[in-house]
Amino acid sequence: MTTALSESRDAPGREGQGLIEVDDLKVHFPVRSGIFQTQIGTVKAVDGITFQIRKGETLGLVGESGCGKSTTGRALIRLREPTAGTVRFDGVDLGSLKSGPLRRMRRRMQIIFQDPYGSLDPRMTVGSIIAEPIDTHNLAKGAERRERIQDLLRIVGLDPKYVSRYPHEFSGGQRQRIGVARALAVEPEFIVCDEPISALDVSIQAQVLNLLTDLRQQLGLTYLFIAHDLSVVKHISDRVAVMYLGKIVEVGPPEIMYARPGHPYTRALLSAVPVPDPVSERRRKRVVLQGDVPSPVNPPAGCRFHTRCWLYDKLGQPEECRTVDPPLYTLAGDHQAACHFAQKSLESDVGVAHIDHVPVRRGTPEAALASIRPQDGGVDAAEHLVAIENTSLAEAAHPPGDGSAGGHGNGTPQN
Amino acid sequence: MSRSEDQSSGLNAPTIVEVQPNVARQITTPNKVSLRDRPKAEKLLSVQGLSTHFFTPDGVVQAVDEVSFELGYGETLGLVGESGCGKSVTALSIARLVPNPPGRIIAGEITFDGIDVLRLGHDDMRQLRGKEIGFIFQDPLTSLNPTLTIGYQIGESIRQHMKLPQKAAYDRVVELLSKVGIPRAKDRLNDYPHQFSGGMRQRVMIAIALSCDPKLLLADEPTTALDVTIQAQILELIQTLSQEFHTAVLLITHDLGIAAGMCDRVNVMYAGRIVETGTVDELFETPRMPYAWGLLDSLPRLDDVRGDRLRTIEGLPPLLINPPNACRFEPRCRFSRDICREREPDLTPRGHELHQARCWATEPDGWIA
Repeated sequence: MTTALSESRDAPGREGQGLIEVDDLKVHFPVRSGIFQTQIGTVKAVDGITFQIRKGETLGLVGESGCGKSTTGRALIRLREPTAGTVRFDGVDLGSLKSGPLRRMRRRMQIIFQDPYGSLDPRMTVGSIIAEPIDTHNLAKGAERRERIQDLLRIVGLDPKYVSRYPHEFSGGQRQRIGVARALAVEPEFIVCDEPISALDVSIQAQVLNLLTDLRQQLGLTYLFIAHDLSVVKHISDRVAVMYLGKIVEVGPPEIMYARPGHPYTRALLSAVPVPDPVSERRRKRVVLQGDVPSPVNPPAGCRFHTRCWLYDKLGQPEECRTVDPPLYTLAGDHQAACHFAQKSLESDVGVAHIDHVPVRRGTPEAALASIRPQDGGVDAAEHLVAIENTSLAEAAHPPGDGSAGGHGNGTPQN
Repeated sequence: MSRSEDQSSGLNAPTIVEVQPNVARQITTPNKVSLRDRPKAEKLLSVQGLSTHFFTPDGVVQAVDEVSFELGYGETLGLVGESGCGKSVTALSIARLVPNPPGRIIAGEITFDGIDVLRLGHDDMRQLRGKEIGFIFQDPLTSLNPTLTIGYQIGESIRQHMKLPQKAAYDRVVELLSKVGIPRAKDRLNDYPHQFSGGMRQRVMIAIALSCDPKLLLADEPTTALDVTIQAQILELIQTLSQEFHTAVLLITHDLGIAAGMCDRVNVMYAGRIVETGTVDELFETPRMPYAWGLLDSLPRLDDVRGDRLRTIEGLPPLLINPPNACRFEPRCRFSRDICREREPDLTPRGHELHQARCWATEPDGWIA
C-alpha cells in the first residue's frame, strides 16, 4: 500500500511532525437501486491514500472532477466519515473522538467552499454569518464579540461597517472574503480550501489568492488547497499531490514535480493546461489523453491509469501495469510517484516545454511600472483595498444582468 | 428554448429571433436582402460599429458599444474578457439571437460572406444559422434536448438545410459522430444526451455545429464546463476540424491560455468595447493597454516562482448604464491621468495597422513608452 509518504517526515531540512497525518484513508459510498434500495455497488471515491501535512505547510491537491479530492478534504476534518483508515490531527485520531471533544477539535480546523453564492445563508447578515462559529464555540460575548467580527472583516479586506449587510449585496470575490472571515473566526490552525477561486473571474481570483497567501504568513496557517488548476496550485503550495480515481499518483514540491513529473498522468495534466504564451503553446509536446475517467465504481485493475496511459502504450503495454497496483515510489527526497515506470516518465520530454522556455514577460512592462505617479499621501495596501471595497460595494447591489456588466465604476484612488 | 416575437422598428432595428427549428414562423418582415444576391467578399465576417443595448427597468445597458472587427476565411479569432464584458452578446448579435426584449441591436453593420445580416429576412436568417454559421455553447447539457436521441438531433440540421435523402442523412450522421471521436458511432445514435459524459456531449454539439459544413463556427466558452484533460481533447478537435473544413472560428473565452494556443488574432474586450486587438504574438508579447497587462499579470502561471505575489486589478468592472465619456477602465487603472477621465480614447494603431489599442497612455505621444 502507499506507505512511502509518511517516511518523508524525516526529510532533511524539515522539522516537526505532520499536523495532519492520514493513513490508508478510504471513503466509499454505496450505490443503491430498486424499490428496496439494495446496494448494487460501491463508489470508491477515496481508496486508500496516505499522506501528511506539516505544520505551516500548504499541500496542494489536484485532479479532475470525481477523483476524490473534495471527499478527501472533507474526510480530513470529519465532515465525511471515513470507511477505513485514520486521520490524525496533531496526534489525535479524529475517528475516536466523541461529539464533545470533536467539537472542541473542530475549532482548530475550518473549511472554505468553492461556491461563494451557495455557501452563505442569504437570510443572515454578514455579521451573523461570521458570528455563528464564535457563538458555537463560546469564544466571545458582547462588545468583545462585536469587535472581533469587525476585526475579521478588516483582516479579509472588507469594511467593518458592512456587518449588517446581506450576502446578495456583495460580488463573488467579496463573498469569498466573507467565507474566509467565517473560517478565521475561530482562530483555526488548519483550513481546507476547497476550490476557493474556481467560481471567480480572473482578475478577482488573483485578489483572493493573494489574500490567502497573506493570511497564511500573518497567522501561521496550514492549508490543504484543493484545485483542478495546476498553475494555481503551484503558486500557493509547498508540496502538490495529484489524485486520480481515488488514489494519490504523485506528490512532491512543485518546482521539482512540474519540471520533471514522474507519473505519466501528471505529464498529461501539465500538457493540458493552457499557457498564456503563444510561443510555448506552439512548441510544447502535448499528450491528449483518450477517453474519459473510468467509473470509480469499477476502477481498472492494476494501475488505475493504464486504460488512458500514453506511456503504457509506448512501452508496449507491459503486463505489470494491468495486474499490479503500483505503490508510491520515492524518486528523490520529497518526490514520489505511483508508477512502475516512473524512471521512463522522468526521462520523457512530454508536456513540460513551458519550463525550459523563457516565458514571455508578464503583462505590465517595467517602463510602465516605473512611470506610476507617486502615491498621494502614501495609502498602504490594506487601506487601499478597503477603500476600493467600500466604493464598489454600493454598486455590487446591482447583480449582473444577462449579458450586462457586473458592478459599477468606483472611484478607486490612484495607487 | 422559447419562442420570441419578431419586432421591427426603425431602419436600424433588425429582426431578432431565437433559434427555434421545426416551428414554422408566421410573421414575415420585408425581405430587404436575400441569400442569393451576395457580392463577393474579401473577409468572411465584417462587423462595423455594432451596438447592442439592453433596455432594462434600471436603464439602458450598453452591453456592446461600437464594436468593429473583421474575420477572414478560415481564420481563428479570439474574443477575450471577463464576465459581462459583452463578448457573448457580440456573438449572439452576429447570429441575431439576442433575446428581444430586452436586448436590441441599435446600430451597426454585420456583413457575413457578402450578406448584410441585419437586413436579412428571418427565413433566410434561419438558413444562415446552422447551415453557414455553426454554434457551440458552454453548457452541452442544456444545449441538447434531453428527450431526443442524439442521432435525431444531429440529423435535424442536416434534414433542414441539406435536404439529403434519409439514407444519405443517416450516413452523414454516422460519419460526423466518428469524426468527432465518439467510439461505436452507429450504436450510440439512439442514445439520449444523459447517457453521454460532459466531454462526449460537447463532441455531439460539435458534430451538430459542423454538420452542414459551416463557414463560421461561433464557439462560446466551449470548454469552460470541462476538466482540463477533456478540454485539451475538445480544443484539439475544434482545431483539426476547423482546419479540415476550412471553417473560420470566433472563439469566445475568458482563458488567455486557450486564446494563446488556438487563435490567430485576439480581441480583448472590456465593458462593451474592444480595448485591444492584434495577433496573438503581439498581444501576449507587447500588450499596449493596462487592462490587457492586468489580465496577464493576474494569472498564476506554470512557470511562476512560488510565493510571488500576483499583481491584481483592483475594483470591479463598471456598470454599463450611462457610462461617462471617459476611458471605461480608468477607475481601475494605475496609470491614468486627467485626460483619461475627460475623453474616451479611440482604438488606434500601435506599431502597425492590425495591432490597435484604446489607451491614452500608450499613444505615440502618451506617457508610457
